[in-house]
Amino acid sequence: MSKQKVKIKADAVYYRQLNEQIRKSIADGATEIELTGVNGQRYIGDGLHDRVKIIMDGVPGNDVAAFMNGPTIVIKNNSQDGTGNTMNDGKVVIHGHAGDVLGYGMRGGKLHILGDVGYRVGIHMKSYKDKVPTIIAGGKAGDFFGEYMACGNLILLGLNNTADEPLIGNYTGTGMHGGVIYIRGEVEAHQLGAEVGVKELDAEDHKRLKPLLEEYCADFGLELDKVMDKPFIKLIPISHRPYGRLYAY
Amino acid sequence: MLKNTTPPEFKVKIDYQRCRRCKRCLQNCSFGVYSFADRVVPDHSKCVACQRCVGYCPESAIEVIPNPAAFKYSSNWTPEHRKNIWKQSEQGGMLLAGMGCDLPYPILFDSMLLDACQVTNPSIDPLREPMELRTYLGRKPDSLQVETTKDGKLKSKTHIEQQIKLEVPIIFAPMSYGAVSLNTHKALMMAAKEVGTVMNTGEGGLHKDLYAYGDNIIVQVASGRFGVHAEYLNAGVAVDIKIGQGAKPGIGGHLPGEKIGMEISKTRMIPIGSDALSPAPHHDIYSIEDLRQLIYAIKEATNYKPVSVKIAAVHNVASIASGIVRAGADIVYLDGFRGGTGAAPTVIRNHVGIPIELALAAVDDRLRQEGIRNQASIIAAGSIRSSADAAKAIALGADAVAIGTAALVALGCRVCQMCYTGKCAWGICTQKPELTARLDPEEGAERLTNLLRAWALEIKEMLGSLGVNAIESFRGSRERLRGVGLDKQTLDILGIKPAGR
Repeated sequence: MSKQKVKIKADAVYYRQLNEQIRKSIADGATEIELTGVNGQRYIGDGLHDRVKIIMDGVPGNDVAAFMNGPTIVIKNNSQDGTGNTMNDGKVVIHGHAGDVLGYGMRGGKLHILGDVGYRVGIHMKSYKDKVPTIIAGGKAGDFFGEYMACGNLILLGLNNTADEPLIGNYTGTGMHGGVIYIRGEVEAHQLGAEVGVKELDAEDHKRLKPLLEEYCADFGLELDKVMDKPFIKLIPISHRPYGRLYAY
Repeated sequence: MLKNTTPPEFKVKIDYQRCRRCKRCLQNCSFGVYSFADRVVPDHSKCVACQRCVGYCPESAIEVIPNPAAFKYSSNWTPEHRKNIWKQSEQGGMLLAGMGCDLPYPILFDSMLLDACQVTNPSIDPLREPMELRTYLGRKPDSLQVETTKDGKLKSKTHIEQQIKLEVPIIFAPMSYGAVSLNTHKALMMAAKEVGTVMNTGEGGLHKDLYAYGDNIIVQVASGRFGVHAEYLNAGVAVDIKIGQGAKPGIGGHLPGEKIGMEISKTRMIPIGSDALSPAPHHDIYSIEDLRQLIYAIKEATNYKPVSVKIAAVHNVASIASGIVRAGADIVYLDGFRGGTGAAPTVIRNHVGIPIELALAAVDDRLRQEGIRNQASIIAAGSIRSSADAAKAIALGADAVAIGTAALVALGCRVCQMCYTGKCAWGICTQKPELTARLDPEEGAERLTNLLRAWALEIKEMLGSLGVNAIESFRGSRERLRGVGLDKQTLDILGIKPAGR
């Protein structure tokens, strides 16, 4: 049995070998893995299901935590596209910005991003039984935020966002038919997909938001009061069946 | 809703002299045709000619005939066009259709004939000579180096990627649990296991009870990612990424909330009653590079199981297939425009895509020209109706064929094409418990096993007459095909000579 905390040097190691080393370490009993020198390797954490923690200093490649089912991954840097692709459970904490298509079809677990996120974040998010996925992005977001969203929580904070830059792109919530998007700030009507409506938060929403944001703030050492010092809006689908009356029988 | 003015498509004729009023027709009809008022009374407008009542009437007292309602003749304004316009002017929606395209486009399989040996080149008698139908799907190395081990046996020095072993070159096409019933899935899996082939789950996940059949399953990943998780990806022998479907190229899937009951909910991992939307594109795939990213994400999650990519046969299919192989796929699954569906807009089903025969020939050609044909196997689908279609497809270059509709027909489907209503009287394309109970999975598996056994015998017979003793030697043997009544360009694309040359 090797020690529970292990270090793996990722410098110039191809992703296939790196991921093999990670899987081997876990099989050998590692519960915490520190990756140094990560530089664009793809698929870190792909398909892992053990309760392991992976911490890395560099910038990983696409599809971190794809199909992941339990582990916690801490990225002390930026993350690229596809993070949390079809993730089932676990958590990814990103101390920088993150790329496009985060949390595609995500069914459970959490993605916490301190900075900005790209296009098509949180699309096709689902939930199942006790599994309800949550994505929280601290900065701003690109187009198609929450597209085709079916379930889960998608939260955009716009911390440090200046008034002259848009908080979010266009087509927000296009095709959304479930779940909820919370945005700290305002969104203009032209930025929204046809399937979503803007609502004010009620007591239930605050009850739901608070523990999620507490955990988020704890991950990054932020103060909850400062996050809550600006009002949120809520986006929910106007209809659960946006695609009715399409067919003739 | 406006008044329905469309004349019924069929007439239900009841022979009241024979009818004993047992009401079995009332029980069996899932489309609500029958009512009882002293005697059985049919509502012709609801009949879809699924033949369930006809088959189950103990007195053979029921006959379903096309409605002879007189439409003024026009070869241009066919009754079909008129009826569709009436329907749409009443309801204002897209027409839906089930199964494959039913328009009379030319069927090229029916214009191709196989060769046989005579006098100078001996044929083989499959009854007394070994005849090999075993096929391996997956990436093959560019070359093979062999070494002799200490005990004198030969061993490959070249690394060979994981392969799927098929005892017959016929697999069951992807049909999701949700589109078809659980009993249908069970029958397909049991038959696949019995025969030594595989079935593809379709995009609706894999029911917990069926994980035991893993050695005979290809699991599918589509844009909705329903029921997709690491355990599911590892449940079968390969993973199929669904990009497109022959019946509806460029069109997504939509399982309405009404069909998401308890078991479907568990398998797709979405709440009961919610719509299951699988949009046409995977929203993370916009390029061959993006496709490669998903292929390798799946390979990493499955310890490098073969990954198949399924596309609809469209105009530019050859270069798309080349990209798919270069993206790292081990199998390219081509679905011709006549392929089946549980539900598709009729206009798409009937007017989009190209025939599998041409797509297959074009893809096989392109991959050969580029020297990458060995890197992936080709599965051809999109209306393989008989062992002859299967043999011709293999001669055109397929490694194996997939059958969907043919398998359902074996299970009792009458091709009434009402799959999208969810009322299938034969218990196949429905989730209603009283209907799904009509399909006994054990009996269904036996019928499917019989079908594949019969087709295997016929393929062996054809191979024997060609003087070939292994299906893998026959693959791509276009020299053994001839076209009848085909124009020069079609012959050129198919890569075959006209009969007589």
